[in-house]
Amino acid sequence: MTDFDARVADLEDLFDAAGDGMARYEVLIDLGRELPPLPEAFRNEAFRVRGCQSQVWIAPEYGDDGTLTLHGDSDALITKGLVAVLLAALSGLEKDAIRDADLGFLDRIGVAEHLSPSRKNGLASMVKRIRDYAAAG
Amino acid sequence: MLASPVSPPSTFDAEAVRASVPALHQSVNGRPLVYLDNGATTQKPRPVIDRIVRYYERENANVHRGVHRLSQDATDAMEAARERVGAFVGVDAREVVFTRGTTEAVNLVASTWGRENVRSGDELVVTMDAHHANFVPWQMLAEAVGARLRVVPVREDGSLDRDAYAAALSSKTRLVALGHVSNALGTVHPVADLVAMAHDAGALALVDGAQALAHVPVDVRAIGADFYVASAHKAYGPMGIGALFARADLLEAMPPYQFGGDMIDEVTVERTTFAAPPSKFEAGTPHVEGIVGMAAALDWLDGLGRDAVFAHEHDVLAYATARLDALGGIRLVGTAPGKVSVLSFLVDGAHPYDVGALLDQQGVAVRTGNHCAQPLMTHLGVPGTVRATFAVYNTRADADVLVAAVAKAQAMLVG
Repeated sequence: MTDFDARVADLEDLFDAAGDGMARYEVLIDLGRELPPLPEAFRNEAFRVRGCQSQVWIAPEYGDDGTLTLHGDSDALITKGLVAVLLAALSGLEKDAIRDADLGFLDRIGVAEHLSPSRKNGLASMVKRIRDYAAAG
Repeated sequence: MLASPVSPPSTFDAEAVRASVPALHQSVNGRPLVYLDNGATTQKPRPVIDRIVRYYERENANVHRGVHRLSQDATDAMEAARERVGAFVGVDAREVVFTRGTTEAVNLVASTWGRENVRSGDELVVTMDAHHANFVPWQMLAEAVGARLRVVPVREDGSLDRDAYAAALSSKTRLVALGHVSNALGTVHPVADLVAMAHDAGALALVDGAQALAHVPVDVRAIGADFYVASAHKAYGPMGIGALFARADLLEAMPPYQFGGDMIDEVTVERTTFAAPPSKFEAGTPHVEGIVGMAAALDWLDGLGRDAVFAHEHDVLAYATARLDALGGIRLVGTAPGKVSVLSFLVDGAHPYDVGALLDQQGVAVRTGNHCAQPLMTHLGVPGTVRATFAVYNTRADADVLVAAVAKAQAMLVG
């Protein structure tokens, strides 16, 4: 089991334990609340992710060892929880692993399923931004 | 002042109305749907759906050209609908131009009347709470011809700043573009007065009635509007159809909007002459299904009695507003006296988007965001709002579900 697989398994356990839709939102909100603050240097237009109803920032920090650490934030709690899920799964992994990661677990944890179409677009924009960082660094 | 929640409920039989609207009877996320996004679009009653089905089952043919029976039937149905739609707002059929909706109607006026009559140095007046559809076309026209766009602010409660409006009018003003009812806040503007002021300044007035048609009485002649625009889908009719109501002499003088079939008089290799209005502005095969559906929707609304419908909606809105406000920690956005249909609000400490997502999860459909009124949201200093919009089939019970769902969201998001 790779590091990524283990992280995904943890996330799946967390959401499975929650049960119904409102409880899954509780989990997302908690994850959002626990997300470390975004360093202010990253809170600018360059790191803003378009395509979300709320404001979202995701920023890359490249390690000398080929890893990519991600920072993120949103002014909406549920969206912030979504950022937290992506960071929990991907941040700190090798760039190649991030670029190639299978994100099918988002459907399995019911995150994608319970998100409105506009939110899904937001999620897609976040994922694309992270993949772009992984491909670029 | 808002009605108290303990005032007696209206006697209007909203349950019977509700029973005739199929889309309301379904579950969302395991909960019975409570549809409160009527400002975006209304659900369709059975008679409207049946009318559209009947059109395709019995009458479908291209209009205005065939000598055969079906074509004549379709033409008759369309022209009877034109009479009906015009009568609903108090104008003659020849003053009714069918468009794809409010947006196209505004664009039609900006592209035809606007391009002919607005010159460099002229001024156009719009309002801060305008829907983008009644803002951007004028901004683009002003940019294209070198005119100045003047934007009249609204007060904190959402009512128009009348002094600022008066000050914006001058002999340079060519047109004022007003909203009858604000889609974001529900403010009912005193359009008859505002149009009279525009006329006194020598300007024409266009009134956007998209949010008004189903919620307040509309009499285009009494308002005095030179142009009045509306969409069917916000008034229980189909999507993709609406109308421009315009003074006959203006339509006569305006150049065509698009070119093609149905709008021509005679075409030769050398030149083309155009049909008389309203055909002049209806190039191509029209949306006949939508047109007859629109007339059916207005028939349905009149059949319920517009006065009774509006009184019922007022009761539900006042009840919902008072109950929501009583939760505490709620900021009502837009509190102008006499406002209709719209309950726009923020939960203190929560992003409107989060509130909307949690309401959806509980089966309550609302809209969140800027409501196509970004200048207004910026002006009010809010990132957007949660907007519940009520229609004839909504009840106090719907308001109770909304308020309980907001309370639940508030508990999860705040504190």
